[in-house]
Amino acid sequence: MNKIQNNKAWLLVIPVFVIVAFSAIIPLMTVVNYSVQDIFGPGQRVFIGTEWFKEVLLDERLHDALWRQLLFSALVLLIEIPLGILIALALPTRGWSVSLFLIILALPLLIPWNVIGFIWIVFARPDIGLAGKTINDLLSIDYNFTSNAFDAWITVLIMDVWHWTPLVVLLCYAGLRAIPDAYYQAASIDGASKWAVFRYIQLPKMREVLTIAVLLRFMDSFLIYAEPFVLTGGGPGNSTTFLSQFLTKMAIGQFDLGPAAAFSLIYFLIVLLFSWLFYTAITHISQ
Amino acid sequence: MARIDLQKIAHAYRPHPSKPADYALKPMDHVWEDGGAYALLGPSGCGKSTLLNVISGLLRPSEGRVLFDRRDVTDLPTKERNIAQVFQFPVIYDTMTVFENLAFPLRNRGFGREQVSARVNEVAEMLELTPVLHKRAQNLTADAKQTISLGRGLVRSDVTAILFDEPLTVIDPHLKWLLRRKLKQIHEQYKLTLVYVTHDQNEALTFADKVVVMNDGEVLQLGTPQELFERPAHTFIGHFIGSPGMNFLACELDGAHAVTSGERIALLPGLAERARQRGGRMEIGVRPEFLRLRNEAGDGTLAVKIASVRDLGNFKIVGVRLGEHLLNVKVAEDQDLPAEQAHLGFTAEMTRLYANGVLVG
Amino acid sequence: MTLKLDQVSKKVGGAQHLYPLDLELKPGLNVLIGPTLAGKTSLMRLMAGLDKPSSGRILMDGREVTDMPIQKRSVAMVYQQFINYPSFTVYDNLASPLRLAGLAKAEIERRVREMAALLHLEPYLERLPGELSGGQQQRTAMARALIKDASLLLFDEPLVNLDYKLREELRAEMREIFQRRQAVVVYATTEPLEALLLGGASTVLDAGRVLQHGPTLEVYHRPATVRAGQIFSDPPMNTVLGKVEDGMAWLGEQIGLPLAGHLTDLAPGRYRFGVRANHLFIAPGSAEDVAINAVTQLAEVNGSETFIHITHHDGTYWVVQEEGVHSLGLGKEIQIYVHPRHLFVYDEADRLVAAPRSERRLAATPPEPETRHGAH
Repeated sequence: MNKIQNNKAWLLVIPVFVIVAFSAIIPLMTVVNYSVQDIFGPGQRVFIGTEWFKEVLLDERLHDALWRQLLFSALVLLIEIPLGILIALALPTRGWSVSLFLIILALPLLIPWNVIGFIWIVFARPDIGLAGKTINDLLSIDYNFTSNAFDAWITVLIMDVWHWTPLVVLLCYAGLRAIPDAYYQAASIDGASKWAVFRYIQLPKMREVLTIAVLLRFMDSFLIYAEPFVLTGGGPGNSTTFLSQFLTKMAIGQFDLGPAAAFSLIYFLIVLLFSWLFYTAITHISQ
Repeated sequence: MARIDLQKIAHAYRPHPSKPADYALKPMDHVWEDGGAYALLGPSGCGKSTLLNVISGLLRPSEGRVLFDRRDVTDLPTKERNIAQVFQFPVIYDTMTVFENLAFPLRNRGFGREQVSARVNEVAEMLELTPVLHKRAQNLTADAKQTISLGRGLVRSDVTAILFDEPLTVIDPHLKWLLRRKLKQIHEQYKLTLVYVTHDQNEALTFADKVVVMNDGEVLQLGTPQELFERPAHTFIGHFIGSPGMNFLACELDGAHAVTSGERIALLPGLAERARQRGGRMEIGVRPEFLRLRNEAGDGTLAVKIASVRDLGNFKIVGVRLGEHLLNVKVAEDQDLPAEQAHLGFTAEMTRLYANGVLVG
Repeated sequence: MTLKLDQVSKKVGGAQHLYPLDLELKPGLNVLIGPTLAGKTSLMRLMAGLDKPSSGRILMDGREVTDMPIQKRSVAMVYQQFINYPSFTVYDNLASPLRLAGLAKAEIERRVREMAALLHLEPYLERLPGELSGGQQQRTAMARALIKDASLLLFDEPLVNLDYKLREELRAEMREIFQRRQAVVVYATTEPLEALLLGGASTVLDAGRVLQHGPTLEVYHRPATVRAGQIFSDPPMNTVLGKVEDGMAWLGEQIGLPLAGHLTDLAPGRYRFGVRANHLFIAPGSAEDVAINAVTQLAEVNGSETFIHITHHDGTYWVVQEEGVHSLGLGKEIQIYVHPRHLFVYDEADRLVAAPRSERRLAATPPEPETRHGAH
């Protein structure tokens, strides 16, 4: 009798299981199913084992997309994490201005992702965009993100930094606010420099929020789709085609369901692998 | 090491204080001797932490000057005052070893490798931290962490004063003894000026040479533990220090005697006369420790009824009724007690008289 | 109501927080005394039903409740931190457990007023917890626990975050409140004096084991093991290794004393002798007193008493609690005195074999009204 009462909690978890089953496990299994078959048409399918996996793994275009993706995620982390920490450190700690700054910072996070892409098209267009025209006319730099691969990269990067750095700032700010005043007082008594305060108090105390920030930013940037799709459409050429976009082209554009499924699984495993690497690396540093 | 002068110090958190209630710290004038161990004692909100912050430089007083060894430091930040502080909760640098923690204040001040190492090892030896010197500080117990905080102050030879903000809050009673002993020994050895903030009378009295009792932003008395115990300057102190606190009996004066509930209690010669000159509401104050409880009536004893007995192991607290008053009497664990009727003896030397709450003598 | 723990243990990961223990708690006050990490909080969480024991059974009034969730048990808990609903007024904080129980409005009103009166909260009923002092916040938390009329009340060091004088005041009030209740009250503390002030029964806990259980004064006067004696004395009980040989008791190698009084029947063998700090003196009190050579390490004065920290030639560290103010220099050779009747004796198995006879000639203690007065 008591046992049954005690197990009631499991009932509350069931909805989660059902949702996860429908949202992740069942679709994933469908993908696994597709990835090992060649589909000619409805009802016509042949089991081909790991054939698609081999093909996808050897695909040059995939390699290119993967390298582009890794470079992009690396740049995003290298810029957004330090920048986020710097801004969080520079924010005021008390007074009415705190909420003002936080609201302004949070604004980009509230805009739908495809709208972000559109905003930046308008902003960066060399003919009418505020930024694009200024760079071309006032600074006399030849800038066109639709025709120049380097310009396109820079634009996508700046867009991502603008969009997502606030998240890092907010996380770091919360971490910084949680440090008791006594630590700063002690450091001041110990004659610590600003750098020493950062290195030995603020950074260690921010470790947990930074772990979350790095993981979130890595996963999000690795899965980026909507913004470059709207802004550059993956071009010029394939220069801003990242993994997600490559996958979409393959699955929807060319309707190669088998290879696309195999690729999806590989993609999923790569994300999982890198997240695990980051997580263990960061938690290991603290031991 | 330094003498600390507080010259007409006062502090209000709001600008333009006009009445006494506006002050978190009411105007005060004190000289604290070089090498003294001072305790700031009072209930929460009495202003003791405000005063500590004024000394450490975290707070600039709205009035008055702070002098360290006659040098005006009122406008100097904490960093330039050469003080050290141990906080209520252990503050250590998590990522560093114990050695690095202790070396931190020296390295920040640009000391050489050998100097740092020599000094840290010396302090670690003194604080019995040598066995854990190369362990991560984060994983140590609370008392070890507080010892490290103290050590970070001691490594600096230029330290003028060490401030303690309720440092034993998170320490086990058993270990409190050991830490206090360590602290006392360091004080005896190095003659540092120590300032210790606490609400715990036991900690304050056992730690300090001089205790500063505060209430409501005001210093009520500065004295040795014995003075505070035997001659509390104010009824508040009589109540606050001692456990249980002093007994107070409203009384009237009649010749050289105090009269309460129709009973006459002898006072020291001349005391009643001085009290009359002062005027106001009169109270007798006598500590439970200085009352004698007898089975038989004796010279000058008063008949009382025993109302309660609390056996606290190595002593008993007996509540006795004298007229409308209830008094606590501390008696030895093996004293024989009558069931109800007893006789209470006062000692004139230890019976204090208060006029409007202030000690007459 | 009685609470019975039958071979209860708790293991978290690889760490044994509580070793299998038996305990029977009767209505009234039960003090759990032990240093931090002794397992007090772990034990209370098991009693409350917040955690499940790794083994063993918990019985309330003979009925097994081991697997019963906390919501179904009649239990209330007060913590070190002042835990109240921050957005509720004091009134609503007190009323909330009664509203949950579905009581009528008039009844709730009556009980809230009654409890507020008992804990001196009447002037603050309309305030929010954030607007109260620490003492008032903890009074509110206690009132909320008491108002439920739970049959098990758990207090986990509730006074630790309060000012010294406030503790004294609340302790005295609680003692009175508990005396009037039929509930099993469990009160965890690290301080012997607090246990003695509260009275009732005491359980000495150390490193996950119950060292002793009994009436508080009984535990104080007859601590079952050396460790129990140390935990139940502040400063900790002083001890020294010794032996009984040729009709003499020897404290260490040098100090011999005759086997008299409660020591008469000691068999020859090795023992550990214990003596409380307040039974050591710096001047002989009688002809039977034994002198012990020592070196002063430190003297602390607390107003009416002096605590003299000393070491013996073999490095043993003791504390002497002496009435009055004595200034003794550091590193001075002195003699301290102990009367043999104050010695506790423990055998090699760490069992108490002889304890001082406590003189408690007062057979019946009169009722104890609260004795606060003259408070300013």
